[in-house]
Amino acid sequence: MFLELNNLLNTTPERAEQGKLTLLCDAKTDGSFLVHHFLSFYLKANCKVCFVALIQSFSHYNIVGQKLGVNLTMARERGQLVFLEGLKSAVDVFFQAQEKPHPLQFLREANAGNLKPLFEFVREALKPVDSGEAGWTYPVLLVDDLSVLLSLGLGAVAVLDFIHYCRATVCWELKGNVVVLVHDSGDVEDEENDILLNGLSHQSHLILRAEGLATGFCRDVHGQLRILWRRPLQSTSQRDQSLTYQYKIQDRSVSFFAKGMSPAVL
Amino acid sequence: MTLSEGARLEMLDSLHWGVLDLAKCGDRDGLSIRHSVEWEGRSLLKALVKKSALCGEQVHILGCEVSEEEFREGFDSDINNRLVYHDFFRDPLNWSETGEALPGGPLGALRAMCKRTDLGPVTIALDSLSWLLLHLPCATLCQTLHAVSHQDSCPLGDGSPVGKVHVLGLLHEELHGPGPMGALSSLAQTEVTLGGTMGQASARILCRRPRQHPTDQTQWFSILPDFSLDLQAGPSIESQPHSDPHIPPVSKNARARTRKCSLGSGKRGENKSCRGWGWGKAMQATGALSVFSELKCT
Repeated sequence: MFLELNNLLNTTPERAEQGKLTLLCDAKTDGSFLVHHFLSFYLKANCKVCFVALIQSFSHYNIVGQKLGVNLTMARERGQLVFLEGLKSAVDVFFQAQEKPHPLQFLREANAGNLKPLFEFVREALKPVDSGEAGWTYPVLLVDDLSVLLSLGLGAVAVLDFIHYCRATVCWELKGNVVVLVHDSGDVEDEENDILLNGLSHQSHLILRAEGLATGFCRDVHGQLRILWRRPLQSTSQRDQSLTYQYKIQDRSVSFFAKGMSPAVL
Repeated sequence: MTLSEGARLEMLDSLHWGVLDLAKCGDRDGLSIRHSVEWEGRSLLKALVKKSALCGEQVHILGCEVSEEEFREGFDSDINNRLVYHDFFRDPLNWSETGEALPGGPLGALRAMCKRTDLGPVTIALDSLSWLLLHLPCATLCQTLHAVSHQDSCPLGDGSPVGKVHVLGLLHEELHGPGPMGALSSLAQTEVTLGGTMGQASARILCRRPRQHPTDQTQWFSILPDFSLDLQAGPSIESQPHSDPHIPPVSKNARARTRKCSLGSGKRGENKSCRGWGWGKAMQATGALSVFSELKCT
């Protein structure tokens, strides 16, 4: 995990809030560093993590995770991490007989309906177990990323329904957290993605949006991160509602700084 | 600009029916709260719910987006005893197949409210209209809302009139196109659009009364922890927004798009520049000092 990002979010693995939905979004840049951050964050918080990884292979996340101080292989072996590798599982849907609906069953259906099988997979993975298991702090669902589900034929409402059920089960019932990544298509007209992004925004408690610089590529500044805390209007908290920082991704860390305050230009 | 206490009360008295006094508003008894990602409206919805409960009305909550515990949080027992929460958050689509889901879903619950027989006034709060609009055909939803809000004009079999019905709906303005928004606007007597600047929330109130000119007013306000409304005179001069050359005023996605639903003529949404991630929009929302109604009981 990135310590500077923890500082910006005013959180640590030991005192993270529970029952929250965090929305990660990237526009004209790659926001996957946020996914790696939260994966390592919650593993270090001793959470039971269900990771629905639809974009990269297990080894990719493991390699990056090791740079951030977590071993996904060991986490999976001791039962802390339940990993759904979408790239591999998608093939199983077609070439292996299934006794019960596969989490990605919608790939077989001519008219992609809903993500109920995927939700049932998540619920099964994160349900509390009474005996024979180490005491994990709370469950966490991580999804990378939801936009690909739209590309695979699902509608935005179906994806929103899936997250709704995950929120009801993981956040409300089990007092855990949900972290999802959605891409912002930017100038491309994509109504379904906009519905998904805006719909999730209204459900989220925290929104992290990574944006590419308007001026293009820069060697020393890789993008800017907008942080929005969605708090009720009657909240008496005096903390800033939104923050914007620029960042630079390094090999094992990400440094954040105020706009125009990159060490390279000072 | 500040107001004397007497001036505030006078202005409040003259306009307090603008939001909830549906007895004077003829045959359209709906209020929609249009909010955005930056300025959430559920707190205002809860404040209006609290006011209705304090006025002695029974309040039905169609809860689709948050749990019952979260919605009731912050209300005291007197208020909570008057709230009937129809829980469509836990299992709105009956995925659990345990038989615990409410039959007919949210639409069934709404239609059941059309057939009520009790005589007292009732408030129906929809949390949210957006959830219903995403899952139901726009025409079906509008017809049902029309039937719910007009049942007071249809007396019971013994001739006694059914009590007044107030309908409050929460709408995520970025989610819907001009067609559905226009259709819902035509049903609502009052639209409250939330915005603000520099941490101060404002409500733009568009009220359409039959045979009267529509009124358009803006009021700065805050909501106290007990969900009481605190009216503000406006942001202080020190907190007026200044342009930040590094932040574009509106995101590139904040533009209107024609949606597939073409119900009715559908006026162009007034907030078409609020679509998408218009974070800069909230910073630029101007707050003209006006009045807001303190919600009093009849």
